Amino acid sequence: MIGHEPSLPDDWELVVGLEVHVELATKTKLFCGCANQFSSEPNTNVCPTCLGLPGSLPVLNGQAVAFAMTLGRALGCEVRPSVMARKNYFYPDMAKDFQTTQYDQPTNVDGELRLADGSVVGIERAHIEEDAGKTSHVGGGGRIGDANYSLVDYNRAGVPLVEIVSRPEIRSVEQARAYVSELRNILLAIGVSDARMEEGSLRVDANVSVRPTGSQELRTRCEIKNINSIRSMGRAIEYEAKRHVDLYASGESPHQETRHWDEDGGRTTPGRSKEDAEDYRYFQEPDLVPLVPTAEEVAAIDEQLPMLPAQRRHRLTQLAPNSADAATIVVERGQDDLVVAAVAAGADAERLLTRVQNDLAVDDWTKVDAEGLAALIGMETAGELTATQTKQVLAELVNHGGDPRTIAEALGFEAMSDDALAGLVDGLIADHPDEWNRFVAGDEGERRKMQGFFTGQIMKATQGQADGRAVADLLNGRAG
Amino acid sequence: MTALELAAEVRSGQRRAVDVLEEYLTRIDTHEASIHAFNEVTTDLARQQAQAVDDDVQAGRDPGPLAGVPVAFKDNMCTRGIPTTCSSRILENWRPPYDATVVQKVRAAGAITIGKTNLDEFAMGSSTENSAFGPTRNPLDLSRVPGGSSGGSAAAVAAGFAALALGSDTGGSIRQPAAFCGLVGMKPTYGAVSRYGLVAFGSSLDQIGPFAANVADAAALYEVIGGHDPLDSTSIPDLAPTVLDSIDRGVEGLRIGIVRELSGGAGSVEGIRSDVVDRVQAAAVALEAAGATVEEVSVPSTTLGLSAYYLVAPAEASSNLSRYDGVRYGLRVDAATTGEMNAATRTEGFGTEVKRRIMLGTYALSAGYYDAFYGKSLKVRTLMLQEFAAVYQRFDLLLTPTAPTTAFPLGERTADPMTMYVNDVCTIPSNLIGHPAISVPFGVGHDGLPVGVQVLGPALSEALIFRAAATLEAAAEMDR
Ligand SMILES: [Zn+2]
Repeated sequence: MIGHEPSLPDDWELVVGLEVHVELATKTKLFCGCANQFSSEPNTNVCPTCLGLPGSLPVLNGQAVAFAMTLGRALGCEVRPSVMARKNYFYPDMAKDFQTTQYDQPTNVDGELRLADGSVVGIERAHIEEDAGKTSHVGGGGRIGDANYSLVDYNRAGVPLVEIVSRPEIRSVEQARAYVSELRNILLAIGVSDARMEEGSLRVDANVSVRPTGSQELRTRCEIKNINSIRSMGRAIEYEAKRHVDLYASGESPHQETRHWDEDGGRTTPGRSKEDAEDYRYFQEPDLVPLVPTAEEVAAIDEQLPMLPAQRRHRLTQLAPNSADAATIVVERGQDDLVVAAVAAGADAERLLTRVQNDLAVDDWTKVDAEGLAALIGMETAGELTATQTKQVLAELVNHGGDPRTIAEALGFEAMSDDALAGLVDGLIADHPDEWNRFVAGDEGERRKMQGFFTGQIMKATQGQADGRAVADLLNGRAG
Repeated sequence: MTALELAAEVRSGQRRAVDVLEEYLTRIDTHEASIHAFNEVTTDLARQQAQAVDDDVQAGRDPGPLAGVPVAFKDNMCTRGIPTTCSSRILENWRPPYDATVVQKVRAAGAITIGKTNLDEFAMGSSTENSAFGPTRNPLDLSRVPGGSSGGSAAAVAAGFAALALGSDTGGSIRQPAAFCGLVGMKPTYGAVSRYGLVAFGSSLDQIGPFAANVADAAALYEVIGGHDPLDSTSIPDLAPTVLDSIDRGVEGLRIGIVRELSGGAGSVEGIRSDVVDRVQAAAVALEAAGATVEEVSVPSTTLGLSAYYLVAPAEASSNLSRYDGVRYGLRVDAATTGEMNAATRTEGFGTEVKRRIMLGTYALSAGYYDAFYGKSLKVRTLMLQEFAAVYQRFDLLLTPTAPTTAFPLGERTADPMTMYVNDVCTIPSNLIGHPAISVPFGVGHDGLPVGVQVLGPALSEALIFRAAATLEAAAEMDR
């Protein structure tokens, strides 16, 4: 169920917890009316509040809170009364030199994420916080230590985030990838974030440690930052786990620290260590009031939750128990509603899922409707169309829509009814008595050879539109 | 002439606002050099505003309840385009791009912005000696302090430089200078007046309130600045700050308690001078004569207020003042790295008292010390709230001195911060529990300097405390 991790020796087990920061797709920022917009001119979406000017005050964005609670419920969290807190540290892109976040009383706690492979990863918390501005270092190769000067863009300062903290229950790189992609699917399904890793609206930090296989201990972990893609995450986790195993093997042990993933070098490099870690001096944000969601509010959120990916997969596998992989892909593409409707219209579910998975992997499939799809699969199931013909008709449906039977006729496929094929076969037998005798009387090899001959002739005559299996059945039937 | 009478004359066209203003400007010209009430006199702006008021009257439009009344603002309230320094080097020459809500409201009421007044740096102090731009002197005796931290606002009204002024009160910073300068000063219920645009000191304690030469003027200014502001999340919803229409109703039948712990007698905190105690007793007699019942009541937690305050306020300040880092605005002292620049800027930009409180607050919030210090001070606040709630079951109002002494000489207490802090012992409880309180002059001490008595009430009892204050004011006049 959980993928094998090739880079670790069998006697070591990977232990990973992920911290995922997600930018919420609200119209405005978390504490002010500035636009929450990607790629504006630097420092244009700013005001006294998100610049942290003296005297400014925050006003909590109700939309952001609703989004955060919706995400919490989608992750099966308990939505609790919560407070905002100040996390104090100096950094130029932190306009107030503290981050307004949640500390000991987060909005969402104790959820879980059910992955496509059936495994479950616990969610410790999903809390609301503000994003920081963006610093760019100019000169000296863009590194902070060598830069001539630095520029700060506060457009991102105060953008609402939810940080989703998993329990350290991820055991393989594949599972970590599945976790992030499932989380992404959920975010897109509930519409609270565009969840684009390449644009930074979804960011992943990985807490990595290893332990002897079978042990339950949690060993010293390192937090890996600067992960820019799901692929980098896999490489970073793999590298870091290997580093820990090597340290233990040489009698040393890792020490708790933040490390940075170096994409070009393919390794992690040390950042801040625990010893000089900052004391954030958390305390309750006095400029904001506690958030106390009522049972009715939570119930209303539950009511409005759309069907989530896990539920959608479940719905498909109920219909087609042998097509779990296809179900995952079809749900990811958002084609499952079409599939369910086509099954309801009479299509065979397993065959349908195979067709959709393999032959509907296109961007725009809106011209395909459930009735047409069901009719097409019905024709294939009844043997009226071969696999090849079915694909051709489906391609036509994708491009132009329409009725599959009409399309099949227009393509000349309808001649391939059983009777027509039988007529062709009988004609061939009459035209080639020698070959027919060799087929009827020959040994196994000779028979197979002659079957190939007849099938080839039929295919030539039908321009490849005959069903090979039906031809073989006819030949065998005529041979007695 | 009172501010309300002045406004009535301007509104009715009997006097021109520009003429009124010139009288005030002349007084400022003559006496400001010896008093130093202002960081900035906004002569040009005031003349424009006065002209606009006169234009309104000419055109038959009502300029508002404070038409033509010169108002001074403590220099920790943001005024668009006008320096707002908090009497700190670190904000010297900083011009906010926006107005505080109270500044907007006062302007909308037809008042004239006459200047920005001196204060203890970032409102940290009780004498206005902690200003980076030099101390303010008490207009009643130039060798003495005007109190603080809103000493400039108090001095401006006492010297006739402004008819009204706004101050901010975190631990007594309106009431104590009002007492020292023979004025009425009032701290509203926490959330009754918007803090938007008030440069934060202790966010959970700060409130803006009025200074006036008489109770009705203070009430009128409170009505102008009070009420809900959507830009301040801690602002009380649906609040109608109506106090003037009931101000003459007296105290007949009211139950008033004298707080034993602040009475100067047995069971009281030490240091409350006997001539001050005498004036409180005289005030009690006056209230009884007006029909109230007065008796002593014990509120033991008031003795814990000072310690709790000197943890909460510095803790919040340490976080609020982090943003003065040299990156975005205000002073910057360049250095090799960002961290060194932050440190150099703050070392040079902040005065001794501010540094002391930042360190105190940083320590109180630190990991391992939070529970013993900040956490405990929160418990004291809860305890005080409970005790006061119980007391207000039996009493409508409470009576205490405003300050333990009359105005003290400049320089007397600057060497020992503790003797300065003790000044706030009577005023601090109202800030810790968010209740309103008012200081009214009630005669003089044996040094001939004014003594203020303080009336405390439960949350949102502004109308009641103004009634009691008006009663005391009338009695004091009879006394004279
Ligand atoms: Zn903003």
